[in-house]
Amino acid sequence: MRALSIATYLALKEVWRGRGRFLLVSLVIALITLLVLFIAALGEGLANGNRQYVANLNAQLIVFLQKSDTNISSSQLQVDTVRQVRRVDGVAAAGPIYASSTEIEANKGPLKVSLLAAEPGEPGMPPVISGRVFHTGDSSEVVMDANVALQTGIQVGAEMTIRSTQGGSDEFFYLRVVGLTSDQSYFFQPTIFTSAATWEKVRPQSAADLKDDTPYPNIIAVQLSDPSQIHSMETQLLAKVPNIEVADIPTTINAIPGYSAQQGTVQTQGVFTLLIGVLVIGGFFQIQILQKVPQIGVLKAIGSSNGTVGASAVIQIIIVTAIGVGIGGGLTYLFSLGFPPTIPLVFNGMSSLFAVVALLLIGPIGGLVSVIYAVRIEPLKALRLQ
Amino acid sequence: MKEVVLEVRDLVKTFILDGAVLNAVDHVSFQVHSGEFVALVGPSGSGKTTLLSILAALLTQSSGEVFIDGQQLSAMSESERVKLRRSRIGFTFQSNNLIPYLTAQENVEFMLRLNGTLGKVNRLRAEELLARLGLEDRLHSLPAQMSGGQQQRVAIARALIHNPAVVLADEPTASLDTERAFQVVQTFAALIHENQRAGIMVTHDLRMCKYVDRVLQMRDGKLVNEYKTHAEIEALAKGEH
Repeated sequence: MRALSIATYLALKEVWRGRGRFLLVSLVIALITLLVLFIAALGEGLANGNRQYVANLNAQLIVFLQKSDTNISSSQLQVDTVRQVRRVDGVAAAGPIYASSTEIEANKGPLKVSLLAAEPGEPGMPPVISGRVFHTGDSSEVVMDANVALQTGIQVGAEMTIRSTQGGSDEFFYLRVVGLTSDQSYFFQPTIFTSAATWEKVRPQSAADLKDDTPYPNIIAVQLSDPSQIHSMETQLLAKVPNIEVADIPTTINAIPGYSAQQGTVQTQGVFTLLIGVLVIGGFFQIQILQKVPQIGVLKAIGSSNGTVGASAVIQIIIVTAIGVGIGGGLTYLFSLGFPPTIPLVFNGMSSLFAVVALLLIGPIGGLVSVIYAVRIEPLKALRLQ
Repeated sequence: MKEVVLEVRDLVKTFILDGAVLNAVDHVSFQVHSGEFVALVGPSGSGKTTLLSILAALLTQSSGEVFIDGQQLSAMSESERVKLRRSRIGFTFQSNNLIPYLTAQENVEFMLRLNGTLGKVNRLRAEELLARLGLEDRLHSLPAQMSGGQQQRVAIARALIHNPAVVLADEPTASLDTERAFQVVQTFAALIHENQRAGIMVTHDLRMCKYVDRVLQMRDGKLVNEYKTHAEIEALAKGEH
């Protein structure tokens, strides 16, 4: 205990009396922290933009068309499939989801959005936080994501203009916004929700598609009576409903085109930045220990234990790293205040927390070699003997 | 009769250099009593620093025995040797003596801190000792803000503050000018005598010997001469031997 108290005393005195030098390293760590946190926030933001709607689905399984590789865009189910899924024992509810994308004409300029259709009250329809849900049938009513309201300035009760390619020409549709939902980004775009009939009418279609006005769902969100039976229900659905494949939510998210590659890239950037941090801290403390060899020799010669010397070095590293991460965290917060909401940065995710923990660990990891070196310095170095 | 604080019996330290066996310390025996200040002199390479390192429990001997305050060094574990250095030995070194980020007072108090005896009374003792060494206006100065002589005086205070049995000094005047060197050794000798410690100073500067009680001269690892009388030591200090 005394050894730890002496180590803390030495570490604090050295850091305080050499605060300029140590602050410089803390600032380097702060910049690394800023970078890592932004990469983590960008990863979280991009992931959210891609998966938010699917991740927030009130369902455990997703039904796809067979051989669609659990890819929502490639899957187009028969209308009858919904009824077949609902009949399977253990299925509490099943909701068809229709996915497309379109463009809103707004005063602030056009905004690309994901155009989704779902059945009110069924899985796939997100909760409405303001206003009401749209009427079914060709009601020309929509519920929009709060992000759409933020980016276009359109309010609940107002009318929005949709520009949609129908065959070879652009057509404009006017839809009344009746409600607001939140956190429903899909495929990097904010979403608007409508009924299947309205969706079929306004979605961009090729000339061939225009000949058929039946809406075909891309997928079906399935809510189970017993969510713990997810694997047996997967098997049961496959056995009882023809021409489908079934996936859970994480599998569906990973199959979103580009999602895994994008997350892999962002994570690799984050890991490399952390590695640079390890090298910077390791290099600084190694140089510092090399400069202090005679001094550490004296400390040991006058009776400081290896534990005291090692602990002092570790405490110093922790102090410098913690200050750096603290400054970096503060800077990140200040910078984040100035970013427009359209930039996909999310700081409140587990990834930010993981990044902070990783950043706090890079100091001790980076300084490990120098600590081992310090512990191995012979007290004879205090004298002239080598 | 003064008590024997340090006893060296038939001490040998062997190094192997380029395949050749070298006795850096070659069958050395002597005793140092409490209140006695001994100089260890000899040319470069005579084995002085090797001997000092063994006495300081920093280096283990090849054969022979060293007793400090009755404790046999060869029978001690490494942690016991660390404890012995902390509690029973005081050190001053040639250079890099002080911890650069601690003030003069903190450097001296560090020995008390290491021994768990830093209290109000001992803090006051540390201040008084530094004042005694003429450093009352330097208590809060960092080593870099002090002259070489002042730093050595702080090191002397650090070497004595925890009441060690033995005080070892390795060329304490090597980086000082003559006047400061004499002052430092004179003060060192006075404190050794006052506090009844056993002091050993390694030096190559024979002029410094005029303040010690006995001089042990080494050559090629062996103790070749011992100067005990005031006249002998005076003559040695004047370069007459």
